[in-house]
Amino acid sequence: MSAPSSGGASRDGYGSALLKLASDPRVVVLEADLGKSTKSCLFRAENPERTVSMGIAEQNMMLVSAGMASSGKIPFASTFAIFTERAFEQVRNGIARPGLVVHICGSHGGIHTGTDGSSAQSIEDLAIYRTIPNMTVMHPCDDLSAEELTLQLLNHDKPSYTRTARNKVPRVYSEDNVSNIKIGKGNIIEEGNDVAIIACGVMVNEAKIAAQKLSENGINACVVDMHTIKPLDGDLIQDLAKQCGCIVTVEDHSVIGGLGGGVAEYLSRNIPTPLEMVGVDDRFGESGGTSELMAHLNINYNAIINACHAVIKRK
Amino acid sequence: MLVKYQPMYLSIGVTSLQTINSQFQRQVFKWGAIISQSETQLMEIARKCRVDIVEMVHKAGAGHPGGSLSAIDFIVGLYGTEFRFNVENPDWEDRDRFIMSKGHASPAVYSMLHQLGVISKGDIDSFRTLGSTCQGHVDMKWTDGVDFSAGSLGMGLSFGLGCALAARMDSSERNIWVMIGDGETQEGQIWEAAMAADFHKVGNLNVVIDRNRIQNDDFMEVQMEIGDIGEKFRSFGWKVLEIDGHNMTEIVNSINEASNNQSQPYAIVAHTIKGKGVSFMENNPSFHGKAPSDDELIIALEELS
Repeated sequence: MSAPSSGGASRDGYGSALLKLASDPRVVVLEADLGKSTKSCLFRAENPERTVSMGIAEQNMMLVSAGMASSGKIPFASTFAIFTERAFEQVRNGIARPGLVVHICGSHGGIHTGTDGSSAQSIEDLAIYRTIPNMTVMHPCDDLSAEELTLQLLNHDKPSYTRTARNKVPRVYSEDNVSNIKIGKGNIIEEGNDVAIIACGVMVNEAKIAAQKLSENGINACVVDMHTIKPLDGDLIQDLAKQCGCIVTVEDHSVIGGLGGGVAEYLSRNIPTPLEMVGVDDRFGESGGTSELMAHLNINYNAIINACHAVIKRK
Repeated sequence: MLVKYQPMYLSIGVTSLQTINSQFQRQVFKWGAIISQSETQLMEIARKCRVDIVEMVHKAGAGHPGGSLSAIDFIVGLYGTEFRFNVENPDWEDRDRFIMSKGHASPAVYSMLHQLGVISKGDIDSFRTLGSTCQGHVDMKWTDGVDFSAGSLGMGLSFGLGCALAARMDSSERNIWVMIGDGETQEGQIWEAAMAADFHKVGNLNVVIDRNRIQNDDFMEVQMEIGDIGEKFRSFGWKVLEIDGHNMTEIVNSINEASNNQSQPYAIVAHTIKGKGVSFMENNPSFHGKAPSDDELIIALEELS
């Protein structure tokens, strides 16, 4: 699949989707003093009467969203991924437990937070939200897919958590094919039979780079954008396991409990298959530039290549 | 547009909310006109609710009688006067909202809904059992007439603020009522919500604080005394009323004032006695979350008869 080489960050796609969703009067947007970063500011500029500033008070924001959802609104509440975690129990008890359809967006997910360092690097958000009954959990890989998946939330009947990223990455999708993606269905980006690389978020691009380099050595890797972490596309994982015989998961997240954890749970229960997980290895991050941090934490394309070689040997 | 319900039942000698409901086909109603004639009728409903409370907690062998008995007079006062709802259609979208943030005091809510005919005697008899309509803490997923899934303290005022903002966006006149415990004000989220309600000038939001001075482990003065709650809400921009939470005249007057003044949010500090109405439970921290024994139930029912 050919893809345009330039694009925006997934947070940009979230912001542009909110603008498009504004035509539905039920849609309301809640911010916690980070609208310029999450890109909900785009909605605010044109729809101030349906944008609610909650100040730096994420716990309050989650329950205000729940109250609005119980009154017929479709709230989109956003802040940094790490600060949604501060309100975890509010999301669990106030939103998901009563099944109120609130859509939470955590931007600046993973280690890609500029050079802010470990306090802002949420590397456990996918894991914790995945454990909550009723929650849909997504992590799109580029601006176009983030926009498409956010638009689809308008008709989604469950609360959701969408992690977006701060950094711009080359587009994986094009405007022609992005509407083919669906919440809950993984998407094959590159075909291959030797190893399946299942990635999410900004790591899909790294997986594509890794697959290109592996192909130069005669290894054909299948690359999958698993933008929906929950519900996880078990049918696709099963097909990949049969087709490739080994799997590598890739995420800008702890190796515990996120995409890798979810795939491991599925494989061990349904079709035991050699698996390697690329992610942050049970440690906190630190300040640093994006490329050097990814190399330091062993989550760049080189780490993916090494994991592919290792898992192929285990077949 | 909001329908104002006429005081058509003024001349009727009613003895229970259920009687009213059946006589008027359970139409949406406000009961205020009647109650302004006879607050003793409200106190009689509250007495019946108290019987329900102690009986359901005893039968379940668990629950929170103390905070239910302190809260029930205000709840009856609210449902009996300004509160707009439809017992035939508890999901009526333009109903007022009652958000019981201190969700462990669920027996108070269930007893009110039982007296209204929204839930049955069988429902409250099954309190806390597997599959029951009446979950341990109030839960909007399980019980008709419950507007909030509570149980974790500090969240209800924020939820009410969301309901109030949504009502304003819809140009609806519905009022939002939130009941919190005084111990609950130790949660920081209460003050996040208090700040935001003032900032957003939400006049259709009212909170009543059940000021019984006892929390789970002990008296608040031992655990974490909050001090002058009214003054704190006032400093956050709220209009504050201080009432005797067991005096129906003061209860009804405060509800009338808050319901009919939309210029700012109201905080009603209802000074109450935990366990009110049952001598051995009154002002007794041990009955925060303990069921009465068989012998204690007999005494309680005698005192409430």
